Amino acid sequence: MSARLTARDLTLRYGDRVVSTRLTLDVPDRAFTAVVGPNACGKSTLLRAFVRLLRPAEGEVLLDGKDVGSFPGKGLARELGFLPQDPVAPEDARVRQLIARGRFPHQSLFASWSEEDERAVIEAMTAAGVAGLADRPVQELSGGQRQRVWVALVLAQKTPYLLLDEPTSFLDIAHQYQLLGLLARLRDEGRTVIAVLHDINQACRYADHLVALRDGRIVAEGAPADIVDAELIKEVFDLPSVVVPDPVTGTPMVVPSC
Amino acid sequence: MNSVSTLVLRRGRFSARLERRTLWFFVAMIVVIAGLTLLGLCYGAAWASPARVFAALTGSGGGPGVVIREWRLPRVLAGLVFGAALGLAGAIFQNITRNPLGSPDVIGLDAGAYTGALFAITVLSGTSTQLTVGSVLGGVLTAAIVYALSLGGGLSGLRLIVIGIAINAMLTALNSWIVLRAELEIAIAAVGWNAGSLNGVGWDDVAIPFGVLAVLFAVLFTRAPALHQAALGGALAVTTGVRWDRLRLVLVLLGVGCTATVTAVAGPIAFIALAAPQIGRRLARTPGISLLPAALTGAVLLTSADLAAQMLLAPEALPVGVVSTVIGGGYLIWLLTKEVRRT
Amino acid sequence: MTTTGRSALLGAALLGLVVIAVLSVGIGAHAIAPGEVVRALLGEGNPSDRAVVLDIRMPRAVLATAVGAALAVGGVLVQALSRNALAEPGVLGVTAGAGFAIAVGSSFGLAASAPAELGLAVLGALGASALVYAVGSRSPLRLVLAGTALSAVLLGLTLGLRLLFPETFDVYRFWSVGSLAGREQAPTTVPLLIIGLSLLGAFAVSRQLNAIALGETVAHTLGANVARVRTVTLLLITLLAGAATALAGPILFVGLIVPHLARRVAGASIPWLIAFAALLGPVLMLAADVGSRVLLPTGEVPVAIVTAFLGGPVLIWAVRKYGAAPL
Repeated sequence: MSARLTARDLTLRYGDRVVSTRLTLDVPDRAFTAVVGPNACGKSTLLRAFVRLLRPAEGEVLLDGKDVGSFPGKGLARELGFLPQDPVAPEDARVRQLIARGRFPHQSLFASWSEEDERAVIEAMTAAGVAGLADRPVQELSGGQRQRVWVALVLAQKTPYLLLDEPTSFLDIAHQYQLLGLLARLRDEGRTVIAVLHDINQACRYADHLVALRDGRIVAEGAPADIVDAELIKEVFDLPSVVVPDPVTGTPMVVPSC
Repeated sequence: MNSVSTLVLRRGRFSARLERRTLWFFVAMIVVIAGLTLLGLCYGAAWASPARVFAALTGSGGGPGVVIREWRLPRVLAGLVFGAALGLAGAIFQNITRNPLGSPDVIGLDAGAYTGALFAITVLSGTSTQLTVGSVLGGVLTAAIVYALSLGGGLSGLRLIVIGIAINAMLTALNSWIVLRAELEIAIAAVGWNAGSLNGVGWDDVAIPFGVLAVLFAVLFTRAPALHQAALGGALAVTTGVRWDRLRLVLVLLGVGCTATVTAVAGPIAFIALAAPQIGRRLARTPGISLLPAALTGAVLLTSADLAAQMLLAPEALPVGVVSTVIGGGYLIWLLTKEVRRT
Repeated sequence: MTTTGRSALLGAALLGLVVIAVLSVGIGAHAIAPGEVVRALLGEGNPSDRAVVLDIRMPRAVLATAVGAALAVGGVLVQALSRNALAEPGVLGVTAGAGFAIAVGSSFGLAASAPAELGLAVLGALGASALVYAVGSRSPLRLVLAGTALSAVLLGLTLGLRLLFPETFDVYRFWSVGSLAGREQAPTTVPLLIIGLSLLGAFAVSRQLNAIALGETVAHTLGANVARVRTVTLLLITLLAGAATALAGPILFVGLIVPHLARRVAGASIPWLIAFAALLGPVLMLAADVGSRVLLPTGEVPVAIVTAFLGGPVLIWAVRKYGAAPL
């Protein structure tokens, strides 16, 4: 499997606190990769390193063989789209205006609202299911609605890579699966998706490639059916469990046994 | 997809988008500015009629025409351009510090300029050139020190704010100490300078500053979309393509440049940098602090303050800083009361 | 930092305060050894020492402690309420109001004596804050903006008066730089009492303020009556800042700097912040007071100036070493 986006020997830290050491990861192209692990294991940090929000203390993140640090700002933003865990909306923003900001990497000083921009925003709003909220102020939305607006913003960016940090936060169960289904469809259309997911069963169901982290190391990676068993869950999450096939999809399903 | 309230312009590869509300705001401001300009050109020791003013502007008009062209026109234009510059500087700093109380003074510009001017007045002989050089040096040096001390502070600029507070505190204390120890007349003169004034501003005084500001405005125009995008907060701004560390430095330099240029000619004019972005944003109803409303509001604020300063106690002119604080503060209070009653 | 750690530090701060207070009483033109100071306080020791300690230095130390605590705690409260790191107690209009009253009063020839100045300052402070509440009581942001706006208006008017009337200029420039010198004649009992009661009030409301800092919805579930706590806090800030300004004139930086320093130790917990501020503020003021007496061979440097030059570098060092603690 080819991998345009890779991390080599990555050591990441915040000040004196080392989050991960010598981590190497190849992100498979046109696949859905899910990153799972317990709290504070370095999942978010890893994603942030991929999108250049955190400079590695050692090692490098490469896109097409080039260090991501060497890309121009908008250039990288046209390749990698990122949804952080708790984004901040400017005061008084309306949904439509907020989503339009996702088009920034494609705009220039004298071409700030092309037809392509308009189309991309409409498509993004429809895909995320927020077209009906277009003129509402973002502040008035519920947590779940706002989360879908943020997803639409990243979708509007139209990047071949989508990196999402816990995208299912605040969403009710129906919308969670709707979003995961959307990500799977984007993968089918040829995009590469990497998502940090906190629900292991959702990860097993949708991911082509699962990366299990603990204490900043990769404990196991591979297709869920190949690597997910009770032993792995115990090692990564400290949780005794039984792993059975999901009755609907057949993918591994973790059932706690305590 | 665009709602009724948005206008879209496209020609060839050029495209732009504007909210209708914002457009009305711009039109209204242009009208107000035109009105103030006319008033400023008509007003003086001898009132001139609008007809006279137009004649003067087109080159004829004889004696009174000279007065209008050589004395009133530079002063009115200074009010507009300097007001815009201060409004923009305030918008920049409020964006960078993400704080509605942010202003160029946050990095000690005004306090430092005052220190430099006080030095020129008390230690040197206080000539106009010494004042200009002293204030610019003092202000820029202070800003540089604050910025240098705050490096490595991360994206939010909180470190910048706190260090700015500390330096500001020390310089303000030093300045009060100097004013306290000086002789009464010198102290009054110093405080008067610090209040800012557009008195006697002629073409010689504003030629270079206008040129400098034109360049700064042009550069700011090219950085404006990135600045607006930065309102998304650290993570999303960077991942949608904003080089925040580079942008922040450029913006600080632009803000310092605008403020220092105005201070060099007119002394520190209080409150416009603080109030114009807040007032402008509420009038134009734009999300976040945006640049053009701040600039237009600043222009209107300073020009009307200068007119009031000339008219209130005529023939004696008050320093414009006295009026700008009262007008700016009063209008902001009125806006806030309107908001309270609406919600 | 653990509770035991913080308690230990608090105890150390209290000890430090007492030591500095005793030292500050002893330092000055008429130097007195610490041992003698204690004896003088107990009513013994030689008469000249007793006179200096009991009539001059002790009241001054009490003043410094009260003003320092009032401004520091006021700063903690206003920064917590407005959730703004740039806020200091005067941002609600208190300082500008007092100054404006002084300027107006002296333009009418009313500000001739220390008690008169104190009275004017109190009137101005209260009047300005009443106006600010009326406009901005809906949200912290609006409050801060209203206070800043009103302060600007009043400062502008004051500036105008000062530039028009040299007499007013002179009175104002001496009042406007906070000083603890020569306040023995002013009637300080009532303001001191107000400060004492308000400090107790601040402790009483501190836990509820903590709940509010977590956001209004959480606060409601925790049982805090948000509107009432907000009003009470505003009242306390006004009383603390107003009394302190009336007593010593504007001392801007204690209320701004000490909360930032205290936050390093106390974290975001408001009761701890108030406790540390109530000790650090006086320490800073007493140290500044000593400085103001010894820096010049004759005469004094006003304490507001020394405070800035003491607190400023400490704050810069703390921020660079430990980072800026967010609100």
